[in-house]
Amino acid sequence: MAEERRQKHCSVVLPTESMKAMAESVGVGQLQEDSCVALSEEVSYRIKEIAQDALKFMHHGKRRKLTTSDIDNALKLKNVEPLYGFQSQEFIPFRFASGGGRELHFYEEKEADLSDIINTPLPRVPLDVSLKGNQSQYIYFLFFCIFFSNGIFNFYSVLVCSSPAHWLSIEGMQPAIPENPPPATKEQQKAESTEPLKVVKPGQEEEGTIQGKSQGTTTPDGKGKEKGLIRLKPRSTHELSVEQQLYYKEITEACVGSCEAKRAEALQSIATDPGLYQMLPRFSTFISEGVRVNVVQNNLALLIYLMRMVKALMDNPTLYLEKYLHELIPAVVTCIVSKQLCLRPDVDNHWALRDFAARLMAQSCKTFSTTTNNIQSRITKTFTKSWLDDKTQWTTRYGCIAGLAELGSDVIKTLIIPRLAVEGARIKAVMEGPVVSNIDKIGAEHVQSLLLKHCASVIAKLRPQPDNVDQYRTDYGYLGPMLCSHVMKARTQAALQAQQVNRTTLTITQPRPTLSVSQSGLSGSSGPRTPSIIKVPSSLTLMSPRPGTPSQPSPPATKYIVMATSAGAASTQQVITLSSSQSASPVTSTVPSATSTLQPLVKLESGSGAGLTASRPLQKYIVVSLPSSASSSLETKSSVLPTSISSSSLDGGMKLERSESPGASTQSPH
Amino acid sequence: MAAVQGGMGDADIKTDIKTEPSADGFGNNNANDGRVLSASPGSSSSTGSNKQTAAVTPEDQQTLLAVLQFLKKNKLSESVEILRREAGLPENSLDPKANESAGAGSGGAAGIVDLEGGDASSLLSRVTGSSSAGAQAPTKAAVAEDQPDVSVVLSAYSQQGDPTLYKVYYRDLKKFIETVLDCHRAELSQVFYPLFVHMYLELVYNNHESEAKAFFEKFSGDQECYYEEDLRILSGLTKKEHMRGNETLLDFRTSKFVLRISRDSYQLLKRHLQERQNNQIWNIIQEHLYIDIFDGMPRSKSQIDAMSGSLAGEAKREANKTKVYYGLLKEPEIELPLDDEDEEAENEEGKPKKKKPKKDSVGSKSKKQDPNAPSQNRIPLPELKDSDKLDKIMYMKEATKRIRLGPDNLPSVCFYTFLNAYQGLTAVDLTDDSSLIAGGFADSTVRVWSVTPKKLRKVKSAADLNLIDKESDDVLERIMDEKTASESKIMYGHSGPVYGISFSPDRNYLLSSSEDGTVRLWSLLTFTCLVAYKGHNYPVWDTQFSPYGYYFVSGGHDRVARLWATDHYQPLRIFSGHLADITCTRFHPNSNYVATGSSDRTIRLWDVLSGNCVRIFTGHKGPIHSLAFSPNGKFLASGATDGRVLLWDIGHGLMVGELKGHTDTIYSLRFSRDGEILASGSMDNTVRLWDAMKAFDDLETDDFTAATGHIHLQDNSQELLLGTYTTKSTPVIHLHFTRRNLLLAAGAFNP
Repeated sequence: MAEERRQKHCSVVLPTESMKAMAESVGVGQLQEDSCVALSEEVSYRIKEIAQDALKFMHHGKRRKLTTSDIDNALKLKNVEPLYGFQSQEFIPFRFASGGGRELHFYEEKEADLSDIINTPLPRVPLDVSLKGNQSQYIYFLFFCIFFSNGIFNFYSVLVCSSPAHWLSIEGMQPAIPENPPPATKEQQKAESTEPLKVVKPGQEEEGTIQGKSQGTTTPDGKGKEKGLIRLKPRSTHELSVEQQLYYKEITEACVGSCEAKRAEALQSIATDPGLYQMLPRFSTFISEGVRVNVVQNNLALLIYLMRMVKALMDNPTLYLEKYLHELIPAVVTCIVSKQLCLRPDVDNHWALRDFAARLMAQSCKTFSTTTNNIQSRITKTFTKSWLDDKTQWTTRYGCIAGLAELGSDVIKTLIIPRLAVEGARIKAVMEGPVVSNIDKIGAEHVQSLLLKHCASVIAKLRPQPDNVDQYRTDYGYLGPMLCSHVMKARTQAALQAQQVNRTTLTITQPRPTLSVSQSGLSGSSGPRTPSIIKVPSSLTLMSPRPGTPSQPSPPATKYIVMATSAGAASTQQVITLSSSQSASPVTSTVPSATSTLQPLVKLESGSGAGLTASRPLQKYIVVSLPSSASSSLETKSSVLPTSISSSSLDGGMKLERSESPGASTQSPH
Repeated sequence: MAAVQGGMGDADIKTDIKTEPSADGFGNNNANDGRVLSASPGSSSSTGSNKQTAAVTPEDQQTLLAVLQFLKKNKLSESVEILRREAGLPENSLDPKANESAGAGSGGAAGIVDLEGGDASSLLSRVTGSSSAGAQAPTKAAVAEDQPDVSVVLSAYSQQGDPTLYKVYYRDLKKFIETVLDCHRAELSQVFYPLFVHMYLELVYNNHESEAKAFFEKFSGDQECYYEEDLRILSGLTKKEHMRGNETLLDFRTSKFVLRISRDSYQLLKRHLQERQNNQIWNIIQEHLYIDIFDGMPRSKSQIDAMSGSLAGEAKREANKTKVYYGLLKEPEIELPLDDEDEEAENEEGKPKKKKPKKDSVGSKSKKQDPNAPSQNRIPLPELKDSDKLDKIMYMKEATKRIRLGPDNLPSVCFYTFLNAYQGLTAVDLTDDSSLIAGGFADSTVRVWSVTPKKLRKVKSAADLNLIDKESDDVLERIMDEKTASESKIMYGHSGPVYGISFSPDRNYLLSSSEDGTVRLWSLLTFTCLVAYKGHNYPVWDTQFSPYGYYFVSGGHDRVARLWATDHYQPLRIFSGHLADITCTRFHPNSNYVATGSSDRTIRLWDVLSGNCVRIFTGHKGPIHSLAFSPNGKFLASGATDGRVLLWDIGHGLMVGELKGHTDTIYSLRFSRDGEILASGSMDNTVRLWDAMKAFDDLETDDFTAATGHIHLQDNSQELLLGTYTTKSTPVIHLHFTRRNLLLAAGAFNP
């Protein structure tokens, strides 16, 4: 790879067109081709030289990002006057424009209205560098409060409050305080759970990390002679510190207690606290035991609380639950399919719990299912098996269907829809037959509405347009007519949405509308997103590897460049749109970035069969998202879709909204 | 000779003053020789030993002419006169024509004759001898500044060969080396890189652009990965015009690439080239490579890889032969009157037995004389003031409370995070007693914070000072102005980012070095700038006070390190020899030596007394950004952009360890107070602790192959790594062990 890169270094020379463009900009009309070549070579060489010098300044400035001031300093080294007034702390917001066969990157300078500036209130004064600054104290204060509200008052929090510094390690152990990163990063936890018997390679850094962080109970490492041998993980006893024990007690009490406000706070803590890794086994045991006991006692409220804890644990960005799934999944599945979850099944809304748990199940399938653990297929099998059983109760039946339905449209298509007729017959037997029991009837009703809800949207995609009631009846039996009306409703809704989207795309050319591209969360009616929706054509690569660098030339097209930078207090993304056909002004909008996930924000489905044809004008969505950890790696995805956004692609889990507020739960607030 | 020496010294000081504003390395080189350390008696003896120029090569002659021409161009006629007189050159040698002919080797004859005779050569000898790496360094320094001289230097490339055959030559050699016995292959493979570079440059110089490009593309992939950065620079260079003023190129050209090859391997290579009549390659080897031949077993690939990677190959073996007095100086004896008083106050109940043995142990320790220590007055050190003595006592008291560290007893790490620095924090330093912390920033400010409850106060104004009673006991307290008390102070004065910062041991001064080319001395009593030391004229990357105060060292982009004394406006010593920017500078604990790390990926150790380079350490694969001496003065640790820490034995001049684990540039290294633990802080947001005792112990049991310098490093980084502590997105810029062995780390939060 290095070789490849090197060769690239060798060949990269500025295009002669740039020379021409620059010559024109300073008033030199006709430039000879030869001079262009000579100029471009010389200029490329000098630019490289300056860049190499600028790197020195970056290194000595102890930064990872090259800034404009580095370039200025490098120019000064060469006795060249630096570029005055070209200051930018962060990335340089170069814009891309193309038209008339030319492509340009330009630096947009806005016309500022002085009166606006005068009338706007003064911005906040930027905070000064501080070792004991206001901000820091504020953070510490907050931290203090959180701990206090939990009734916990520990050693570290006192220390943090009284001193500008924090303890990175105390006699070799890293305390789990907010100033320190979570004890084990998610990746580490993942690696640990997926490859527990990793071969120890010399120079591998995690080893040391784990060793340094482990509780001191780990046995001392063997000598270097066992290099390359498989090392068994040392058995470690789990000992929680007094603070952690107190915390655990407080949190679990609050979670299942009667005070809703306290519970919300506790759940919030579980979902955000970075230091819970050590306590995870306790929590998972707590939940599984809790479910076991409360299912027997039919305590619906407690079950709901426990499921909310599971949800909170899953939401915590610093935890990786895989190691505890063996406890959590049975608990969750119990809440989905249990025959009876409450004391009065005819009155209590245990259906909601089943729905909620089913969604949790789907989420964990999505996150943790791998080819080795096969969670999804095992779960699917379990659900299907009990659903197929004739003796299964309506409650369990409901749970099974809900569980399956949440797994995505593919599952619905292959497992649920073929059984609609059979299920319809069964529902009919209860609804229209002799009244057996009220409970059964309610169950059947719920199953019916559940089936209609989930199947309608899928069928809308599967079946061709004219919806014939008779046709539906023959295909789906008892449920046919109802399905038909639902499908029709779904279609009109989709069309409505498509119209909205079309309107959005049209208004892009208006001055500064905000275009927020969001993915529908689990709450959407379209069901959970499955990874299969994302199709990334490999043939098309238009990337801007770094904000500000010129991208590869490409055929004229409309481009959406979504760039995210992690620097600064709030990370933002820029959506730049330019249409080549019209001389439209660039449109920018800022979307709060999803800091928790690294998934690209725009997911598009290429229309069925509509491939890449050269003649066809294409729309490109380039999503460049930067991880919030300020590392310079960029994740770039591009995807293509035909200009007309078909309604089907919208149903596939993607929503384009024209709003400024974050549309989906996956997006974090500013 | 001594008389001549004295006169010359005066003359050179004048030269020095004039040359300095022109910001070049070589003018100061001259100064280096005439200078004596203030009141240092030993300088004449050292110069005597330097008279080693048995033969002055034509190349030196050429160098001299280049220097003269430069001086003339800059209208430094007096210097020209002196230098010409010293070198014994005829007057007409300054004409451009004559200069050219001298370059061709004809006009220099007279000069050589004169040079060989007597005292006049002493100056030259020291100019060339000031870097034991070779006589080329000054050439480079001179040439790097000046265009006409470049052509002289480059002319060596003008020899013609069929450009299309270069590929064939190279491929033949490659084929040959691939077919030799395994034991020789690794050694001979070292030839590839320098050959590749020189052949490429020859092609470029002779305007065979397309051939050069093809040659580069074909063979650049074969080179070792650690040369990638240099190759990147080379790849940009495709035209003869580019070669002018390109520093990297000049480094390749002016300094011979040093290879260490066993005699057998060398014979093999020589025979092959002679058989093939491969003059092109043979010429390059003769002209641009220095092959250091040794007898014995050829080295293995890993041995070679450990030592290679620097810009100009490995160090010659002779370069590391000089004796280095690495022992510590004897601590001055201090009575502990305060100690008694204090301890009495502490155990008023009456436990007088306890203090006696303690005092004895302290006393006996300091009485021992290390055979490797330099004599106490080798370098004149400032006398201890009363306040220094008080501080020493404080130090000793703290030292008795010090925690013994070890693998089972790791230090606690306290992290100072700079908030809202907006990526602008460039340097940090803490005082030895950990009471003050200073930060250098990209916005050219220097800020000082007090990390103890004691606030920072200025001294009162002159008018107010007149009013106070100078006889009172607490006069030191009275001179401070309570109104100015604050937790931090900002000092303005630099006009560019501040890259280096250092507290004086007595906490009265602060040094800062900046992009603007100056080193500034600040008073921590008035919080104003006292002196701006000018001389570098290019960014000064690092500066550090001597552990005894008074002296300080600075190094920067101009590739020379300068030794200064706070009361001298001019540098006392100029250490030149590095082939690229000096990125970090450190004083040896005994203040007799200075270590510098550079972008040329070497570390050099300089003798403060003579100004000579006494050690060259090669082995890093990237610019060196941090250095640390072990407290006993025997070892040196260095960290570079390649994320590795290398450990060096100063006495033997050997690499003794390699610590792998960091994934990014290591910006700070520090040994614990007793030297058991080495802490390293890096751009990868981690602090790592290493078992230094074990790293050094393992080797002391080993049989040193000091004669050959071939060490075999065992890969035991994992065993030595005691802990890794990750911060939340805060690169670790500075580390500091308090006197009680608590580790303090500092960095700016980088959201």
